[in-house]
Parts: sequence; C-alpha cells; structure tokens
Amino acid sequence: MIVLEKRPQPSKLWTAITPVFAVVATMIAGGIMFALLGKDPLEAIRTIFWDPLFNEQFAAFSRPQLLVKAAPLILIATGLAMGFRAGVWNIGAEGQYIIGALSGAAVGLAFYPTESILIFPLMVLAGALGGFLWAMIPGLLKVKFHTNEILVSLLLVYVAEFILASMALGALRNPEGNGFPGSRNFKDYPSAFNAELLPNTGLHWGVVAAIIAVIFAYVLFSKHMMGFHIRLAGQAPKAARFGGVEPARLILFCLGTSGALAGLAGLFEVSGPAGQVSIDFNVGYGFTAIIVAFLGRLNPFGILLAGLLMALTYIGGELASFMLGVPTAAIQAFQGMLLFFLLAVDVLTNYRIRFGKRKVA
Amino acid sequence: MTEERLSTAGEDLLTIAGLTKAYPGVVANDQVSFAIRPGEVHALLGENGAGKSTLVKMIYGLVKPDAGTMTFKGMPYAPTEPRAARATGVAMVFQHFSLFEALDVAENIALGMENPPKMRDLAARIREVSQNYGLPLDPDQLVGDLSAGERQRVEIIRCLLQNPKLLIMDEPTSVLTPQEVSILFQTLEKLRGEGCSILYISHKLEEIRALCDHATVLRLGKVVGTCNPRQETARAMAEMMVGEVLHVPLKAPRVPQEVALEIEALDVPARTAFGTSLKNINMAVQMGEILGIGGVAGNGQDELCSVISGEILAGASQVRLLGNAVGDKGPNARRALGMLAAPEERLGHAAAPDMSLTENALLSGAVREGLETRGMIDWGKTREFAKKIIQEFDVRTPSANTAARALSGGNLQKFVIGREILQNPSVLVVNQPTWGVDASAAAAIRQALLDLASAGAAIVVISQDLDELMEISDRFAALNEGRLSQPVDASGLTVDQIGLMMGGAHDLDPVPAPSEALA
Repeated sequence: MIVLEKRPQPSKLWTAITPVFAVVATMIAGGIMFALLGKDPLEAIRTIFWDPLFNEQFAAFSRPQLLVKAAPLILIATGLAMGFRAGVWNIGAEGQYIIGALSGAAVGLAFYPTESILIFPLMVLAGALGGFLWAMIPGLLKVKFHTNEILVSLLLVYVAEFILASMALGALRNPEGNGFPGSRNFKDYPSAFNAELLPNTGLHWGVVAAIIAVIFAYVLFSKHMMGFHIRLAGQAPKAARFGGVEPARLILFCLGTSGALAGLAGLFEVSGPAGQVSIDFNVGYGFTAIIVAFLGRLNPFGILLAGLLMALTYIGGELASFMLGVPTAAIQAFQGMLLFFLLAVDVLTNYRIRFGKRKVA
Repeated sequence: MTEERLSTAGEDLLTIAGLTKAYPGVVANDQVSFAIRPGEVHALLGENGAGKSTLVKMIYGLVKPDAGTMTFKGMPYAPTEPRAARATGVAMVFQHFSLFEALDVAENIALGMENPPKMRDLAARIREVSQNYGLPLDPDQLVGDLSAGERQRVEIIRCLLQNPKLLIMDEPTSVLTPQEVSILFQTLEKLRGEGCSILYISHKLEEIRALCDHATVLRLGKVVGTCNPRQETARAMAEMMVGEVLHVPLKAPRVPQEVALEIEALDVPARTAFGTSLKNINMAVQMGEILGIGGVAGNGQDELCSVISGEILAGASQVRLLGNAVGDKGPNARRALGMLAAPEERLGHAAAPDMSLTENALLSGAVREGLETRGMIDWGKTREFAKKIIQEFDVRTPSANTAARALSGGNLQKFVIGREILQNPSVLVVNQPTWGVDASAAAAIRQALLDLASAGAAIVVISQDLDELMEISDRFAALNEGRLSQPVDASGLTVDQIGLMMGGAHDLDPVPAPSEALA
C-alpha cells in the first residue's frame, strides 16, 4: 500500500524540484496526447521546447518573441503572487490588463500628434492607474460588502472585453482608418511608441518593468513587513490579525498592486508589440499568468523562470500548430496540463510517500 | 509510599504484563505492568508524555503493543481494534468528544452502535440509563445545543449502553464545572457499586484522592510507583509523577497601586455562529496585580482575550491603559503602549504553524523589540530575540529556524508566553497559559507571570485550571455565557463559591475589589 506521511516541515528541496517534475510529467502526458492525435510526440515536444530557441530557420524570429511574450506574463504573475500568498484571489487580471491598455492608449492618443518626451511616461502612469482602479472594484466590494473577489474580478473581465470592443469601434477608432475598427498604430507616433530598446532582442520597456517588479517583489517578501504580513495572512489568518494585520488594507494592497501591474502589462503591450487598440487585442495573458504564478511557486524569481517557460510553450505551440498541424486546443490543453501536474506534485512538498503497510496508529 | 498488593490473576479484571510500545525516537511504554480489580476505580497518573494515552489506547485496541500481554477475566486479551475491545467489555470516554452537532442525542448514540435498535426503543433505553445513573439527558435534543458537560454525558451513556466491565475515562473533568464534577463522581460511585471497574486518567490530584482506590504512576513510559491515593498527599503524588521535589511558585504580598487596565461597560456581539457575545464587561486591574478569570471553555474567553489584545475593537474609552483610551486601537498600537496578549490557540493564532520560530518572534515582537525600521525587517535582530526566548524559557527546539508546528505543544506554549513576557509589558493577558504543559514547565510559566507582576505589570490570566488560578491570582472572577462576575479576593475563596460563580451565580456576597476600596 502507498501511504502519504505528513512531513514535520515543508521540504525545501521538494519545493524547488517539483516544477521540474511537473514539466517532465507534462511532456510525457502531452506526448501521449499528441501521439493520439496522430503526431510524432518527440517531434512535437521538440518543436515546442527546442525549435523556438535553436532552430536555425525560426530562432531569429522566435527568440525576441520570448521576451515579448514573457514580459507581460511575468509582470502580471508577480502581482498576482502577492494576492495569492495572502489568500486574495484576483482571477480578473485579464480585465485589468485590458483597462490598463485602454487607459494608457487613450492618454497617448489624446496627445496625437504632439511630440514630447513626457507622453510615454504619462501613458505608463495612466495604464497602471487604469488597472489599479479596475481591481479596486472587487477590492472595495470585498472590503465593504464581503463579496467574493474571485467572482467579481472574473466577471469584470467580460465587462472589460465589451468596453474594449466599444472603444476599438468607437471612441478610440482611427479617424483616418477608413472605417476599419482599431485605433491609430503607435508605430506611427514615436512619442507614444514602446519601441525595442535594443534591436532584434524583444527588449522593450515592459521587460524592464517586469525585472523591476520581480526585484521589488523579492525585497517585499523577504525584507519588508508588508510581505511578512501577506505571507502571514495567507498561512494563518487568525495569527495575522493577532500580529496587527488589517485584513481590509491587505486586500486593497494586494488587489491594487496586481491590478496596477496588469494594467502596466496591458499598456506596454498595446503601445509596443500589439501597436494598436483592436477588438481582439487581449490574448489571455491575464489568465495564463495565473498558471505562471503557481508554476513559479509564487516566488518572484520562480515566476521569472516560469514566465520564460510559458512564453516558450506559447511560441513553440504556435510553431507546432503551424509546422505540424497540431490543433490550437491541444496546445492549450498542454499548457493546462502543466498547472494540473504542478498542483498534483505539490503534495510532495508537504508529504512524503511511503511504501508498505500502514502501521496501526 | 508504595502499597504492596497481593493479587492473583484469577481475581483481577484486567492484568497487564510487560506492555511495551516504541515509536521512532521514543519508548512510549516500557515494560508496563499492573492490574485492575473488579469494582475498583484505578487512577493512571503521569505528566504529559508519560505514556498514559498510549497505554489506554493499547487497552482499547487502538494501538498494538510491541511486546507484553494482557489478561481480561483470566482470558488472554489482545484487541486488534476498538470493536473487539467493546465486545469484551471495555469502553472508553475520550477527552475530545466525537459527536455530530447537527444530530440529536439518540442519533449520535445509534451511530456508535453495532446493531442499533429502533430509534423509539433506543430513546427509551437512553432515558432509563440516564435516570438510573443520575445523568439527566434528553434523547431528542440536538447535540449542538448541549453544554460540554452534557456532551460528556452522551459519551458516557453511549458506553454504559454496552454494559462495560471496564470503563476508561481520559481527563473527564477538564471541561466540567465543580458541580458537574460532583454529579459525575456520583455516577462513577454507582458504577463502582455495581462492580464495574474504572480506569481514570487525570492530572487533578485532589480528584484522584477523592475518587480512586488505587493509583499507578507512570513516568517516561515506566511504572515508577503505585499508591493508595487516599493515604497520600497531592504533593507527594505530584512529586512521584515529576520525580523531583516540586517547586511551588511564591507570591509576594502586595499593596494597592494605580489601575493599569480598565474595561468599562463593554458589549461585544458574537462574531460567528459558534462565538459567544460579551455582555457588559467591567473590570479594573492594578499594576502588580494578577486577576484570574475562570470558567468553562466557550463562555467568552477567546473574545475577552481579543478585546484586550486589540483584535476586537470597541469604543475608545471602553478599554483604558494607564488612563489612555485605547479601545479603538489595533494590536500593534496597543503593543507600542505596553499592552500584550498571549492567545489560547497556539497553532494558528498565537503562532503561524508553518513559519519558523524566528518569524513567529517577529509576529508580535516587531513593534516593541524594534525589529523593523520603516517597514524593513531586521532579521538578525529578530533571530537574536527568538534565541533569547528559546534560551530563557527553555524551549526545546533544534533551532530558531524550526517551524512552529514541529514543536511539541508545551514547548510552543513556553515560546509564546516567553515572547510576550520578554517584551516587558505593562499589561499582559494570557489565555490558558499552561494548557498541555507538563508540571515543571507549568510551574516555571506561573513563576514567570508572578515575577512579571511583582515587577509592576497588570496581568489577566484566563484559565480553566482552578488550582492554577488560586495559586497565582490576587483576585478572581468567573466568565459565564459572556458575563464576567464581580471580581473577588482570591484568598479564602472555597471551591463551592468558585463553582457557583462559574455556574453564573453573580449575586455572591460582593467582596469589594481593591480598586473600589482605593477609590
């Protein structure tokens, strides 16, 4: 018989190596899935994990994409991790991402065609503020009326999507766009464009912001009382109250910070890689970031690695569907498996497996 | 001290010979041998960790011994599970009840039976048994509505319906008021009269002296002595348990001083469906004074502790610290002013289970020990503080990096109490300070509280252990259904008076509190 035995303390070693386990298990299960779909599993896995970085034909295009895709994931996931550690479940980062993008874009477009060095910083502030305010809706409702932040933040994603559609077709539509939906392209507006800082690397201001956020979060968690209180509230709410944590303040801080970071991610995306506000501007970074946060063990540096890995599966997945004809749904299932296996092997950090007969009491 | 007893296996109900049980790293029972006669109340004495629980679990079939034999009524007895033990005639009332609050009494009892009769017949049987043994109980009542004492009756009647030959009771009086204890004792006397043997586990030595015919004392898993409790003093038995001369904390005489903590006309509604609301709480504690608050658990102890710690807020002037209104201030603002607390629930409230002792030192020590500056944590200083607590309060732990949940209950309690005492509070409230702590550590904690009081702190001790309260309190009050009785002078209080106060009789002859006498 297999017995799970609780460890006296969570194992540091297992906390570190379970993500590797999860990735390997995902490769195996995903390989089986690809095989059932009639694809060569080894080739599919290689196309997803190897080709984007090292294939001569694709790497020149794919490698910069890695940073472009990873930056918003890391930025959003770092914010989410603060809430998740405190037991505040912001599921609606996608909505905050959209509103952040719209706010920042609106500020930039309002100045068109004025050129000034101040415009982009203003857009950045507006993006963060938009995401922050959008996240304050579930935050204040939770604090004042004890609503469930999971539901409220999630439902607000759909509200945000409708606002996005309305903006792309209405207020923010390019007046010189011949009636096509979508805003002016920021590529044609240098003061508002989030350009690559080094050519052909994918490095834009969003990547810089993501790295700053990771460092900031690391210091917060390891050296600051706020980080200590966040961990305390997540692990032992009663002890947190005893320790003087005000739950309302903590909820607003966590939701506000994650909203602002998601808003920033949206702004950097819309003003750079995406280039314009369009109906289908959002591609699910806000949801994928939830996986990234857990894959990174809610640890800032873990999230940095997890974000890069997730970006790789995105790019590799596109490559696989393009090269091998693997359906998009299968790629999404593959990404879902990663979270599934991660949560499944998580049990090993708190329990050890023993083989043999269960002893009497 | 040791009473020689001649017995043959034939006349004993249960004979235990050389019972041994080892767990990784510890021998819980080492060659334990003794015998229980028919119709005797046999006490099992010992400190926490002496091996009492393991021993009775082996008798009840929950744990399999590594070595040794048992004989029940002359027949070999080796129960593999509790069902086998019950079939033989052994029943057990656990310290922690296993009852469903949403079901009624009869349904709860039926759930524990192998072949429950029809509910109507069972209800009749319950009424009959409960009347016969003087344990009034209504089979149709929901268990959720019963007091702790009544819940225990459900467990006892569940056992009695099996007509046991041997009834094992694990710390049965820890949840009872003195009046309920005397009802329980009458029932046990009646059972004894009918020839049923009782194996009685308790650390309340006066009870054992009143009730038991024979006592076996365990220390570190070994039988270290037997005695007739009626012929021993409680102190002698305690020293037998501990194996050393017991240190009794000394209380210095005190003179009336300035009032440090005042609570006035405080009402707090219950926070949850299972919480208790506090009703019109008034109290004043002077510097250097210890106010003992007794009462059965669940009568508002947690709420009262939270009101003083600042976890529950009130009107500003309803809680005053040295004249300053602090009722609307949170825990850290009160800590800054010198008002500290040690809640009852060690894991999850006083300490975060998965955090290290260092992190737990920061939990309540950040403000007063200066462990943070503008939000940045000084981990070096925090670790030093944790080490100081560990050293001065003899906390047995591999290191300050160990997670709180890896410590034994008693050691964590020493850490939690020590953490507050070392911060040198001017007002300290402690809830159940020695719960689950062994005798010598409990004495050390009480001594530390007395030392703190003589250094000028006002201390509120909330406890279920009346002996403890009598030992250290200057004044005593009881908490019953959220109401606090008028505090009275602790010296000269009798157990009967305390029992009445705990039962909610607030109209005892009011002994003027020193603060009032002063005013």
